[in-house]
Amino acid sequence: MADQPHIELKNVDLAYGDFVVMRDVSARVARGQVFVIMGGSGCGKSTLLWNMIGLQTPAKGDILYDGKSFLQADDAERESMERKFGVLFQGGGLWSSMTLAENISLPLQEHTQLADDEIRRIVRLKLALVGLKGFEDFYPSEVSGGMMKRAGLARAMALDPEILFFDEPSAGLDPITSRRLDELILSLRDNLGTTVVMVTHELDSIFAVADQAIFLDNASRTVKATGNPRDLLRDTKDPAVREFLTRGGQKEPAKAI
Amino acid sequence: MSHIVTGTFDSHCALRGFTPGGNTGSDLDAPTESLPPPRVDFQSPNAGRCVVRLSGDWTVKSTGRPHPAPDANLSSNSTVAFDLNDVSDWDSALLAWLLELLIVLDQRSIRYQMETLPGGVRRSLELARAVPERTDTPPHGETSGWLARVGLGAQRGWTATKHIAEFVGDCTLAMTSLVRGRAQFRRADLLLFMQEAGAEALPINLLISFLVGLILAFVGAVQLQQFGASIYVANLVAIAMVREMGCIMAGIIMCGRTGAAYAAQLGTMKVNQEIDAFRTFLFNPIDFLVMPRMLALFLMMPILTLFANLAGIAGGVLIGIGMLDLTWLEYWHQTVHALTFKHCAAGFMKSFVFGLIVAISGCYNGMRCPNNAAGVGQATTTAVVAGITSIVIADAVFAVLFNIFKF
Ligand SMILES: Nc1ncnc2c1ncn2[C@@H]1O[C@H](COP(=O)(O)OP(=O)(O)O)[C@@H](O)[C@H]1O
Ligand SMILES: [Mg+2]
Repeated sequence: MADQPHIELKNVDLAYGDFVVMRDVSARVARGQVFVIMGGSGCGKSTLLWNMIGLQTPAKGDILYDGKSFLQADDAERESMERKFGVLFQGGGLWSSMTLAENISLPLQEHTQLADDEIRRIVRLKLALVGLKGFEDFYPSEVSGGMMKRAGLARAMALDPEILFFDEPSAGLDPITSRRLDELILSLRDNLGTTVVMVTHELDSIFAVADQAIFLDNASRTVKATGNPRDLLRDTKDPAVREFLTRGGQKEPAKAI
Repeated sequence: MSHIVTGTFDSHCALRGFTPGGNTGSDLDAPTESLPPPRVDFQSPNAGRCVVRLSGDWTVKSTGRPHPAPDANLSSNSTVAFDLNDVSDWDSALLAWLLELLIVLDQRSIRYQMETLPGGVRRSLELARAVPERTDTPPHGETSGWLARVGLGAQRGWTATKHIAEFVGDCTLAMTSLVRGRAQFRRADLLLFMQEAGAEALPINLLISFLVGLILAFVGAVQLQQFGASIYVANLVAIAMVREMGCIMAGIIMCGRTGAAYAAQLGTMKVNQEIDAFRTFLFNPIDFLVMPRMLALFLMMPILTLFANLAGIAGGVLIGIGMLDLTWLEYWHQTVHALTFKHCAAGFMKSFVFGLIVAISGCYNGMRCPNNAAGVGQATTTAVVAGITSIVIADAVFAVLFNIFKF
């Protein structure tokens, strides 16, 4: 049980109908790890994420959470698995007819028995954690794109999920906010033992937070590399991975940016 | 202190099932009764120092036993320290509570020792306090008294009127450049819209108009039979359909069908910033998006009306022959005799106008849609309601005008 991975992908094929996006994706993510999915634009990172949270079904292979198959689970089991997910969509996915505070408090109201003022307190905390203190009563259309993203993040964290799925969380954020986001991810991992699955292009962020990374290659439609990004950078022989991790050949990627 | 951060890790994760509510009993629903309740004690070992001692289970799961209010009888010259050694488990509930307490302490300018908090808690709280609170009110503002609301309503009405006038003006300008052959839209768009507003809308138009003609004939037949004037059912149906009902029914159907679709299409495009994208490429969105739709309806509406008239008369024929024992020939003669050029022209003229009304109402509401999903719904509703209302009002105006000019 001890070295049971929290998430396990077993030879998963991602496809839209007949169009196979990615073949044979395998990975094991331990509890409390930050797992980064990287790769060029359009290579299927979001698709992989959607398959993992059950918005799509893999064409082949299996996905396991705590050793239990997610795909073969019956409805009740699956629901109890899905309750432990928190998801940030690429565009934020906020409910536009609700204020930011309502966006976060709705899951709390529906899935916990907390009293109203406790919910209000938690909403305040979550918004504060993403740097949106005081924006409780704004509607999504009244804040900027980056702020919507952060509010989406706060909503994903609303129920203190066991696994957080982030689709490009730092896209559209300024460098300072983006660094705070990295800190937030690390503090979630360290304090609450949250497992984080994250799609990102930000090399800085990858090197700062990733315990494990997977590189999806557009050309061969397969996984080109798996492992800690620092090790990958040091050891990889694959030109595509190397190019990605060094920003197309620039030296010292982590500092150059 | 560190055991809070690391020691309870496993129990922590196992406990976090997040399904306290509801009856979906999953294996993760740990029995909440076994958890020690969250408690807080304020202890003052000596003057000038206060220890906030927390104990028990401080998670979102410890439900039914509300966390104590983050407030205390603290004198402003004491220094607050924290003792979290007896906290068995915690998550955001604890962080949220502490954040609130710190705000209270800050407000009363009571000093506190962050360093007495465990590292993980402290870092999370520091992260939460890194960005100062934004204090301006949201743009949608407060609701006010009824007098103010009436005033605001009137102002909004006036602005809306100006906007509509502006929109109609823009459309007119676009129309003139269209007439001068400098249209800026794609021909394929126009053909597609014509197909959608024409051929695809025909069956529903035929069905409804046929039934309307049938109903008119039936009501008329029952009355006219009493006077032995049942042949006049043909006049009744022909004139009512051609002059009024044909174009009105077509207008109302197209408003619910195509006007609503236009509002939803343009509204969604607005939300996705597609309309802004047209602007940045120096396309006039009116030219590019509104003109083909408007033109399609303007051209198709008379044709739909023509078919609607025929279907309505067919409904009359069914009653005339089936119920009143008239012959084909009689009915035909009577109909042709009843329909003067004026009746036909009146209906035809109105159908153009109704087409424009439907297009304007759909496109205007779509183009001015607020930037959210609810806005698209609102725009669609308004497009249909305003469109149908305008059609009926316009018809009334036509009736008055025709009467004045003896048309
Ligand atoms: N709904 C869809 N139907 C068919 N193909 C899709 C769909 N969504 C995405 N794709 C294709 O799948 C591939 C991966 O897309 P995506 O996962 O969004 O990429 P990214 O790695 O940038 O997140 C792309 O080639 C895209 O064209
Ligand atoms: Mg993507």
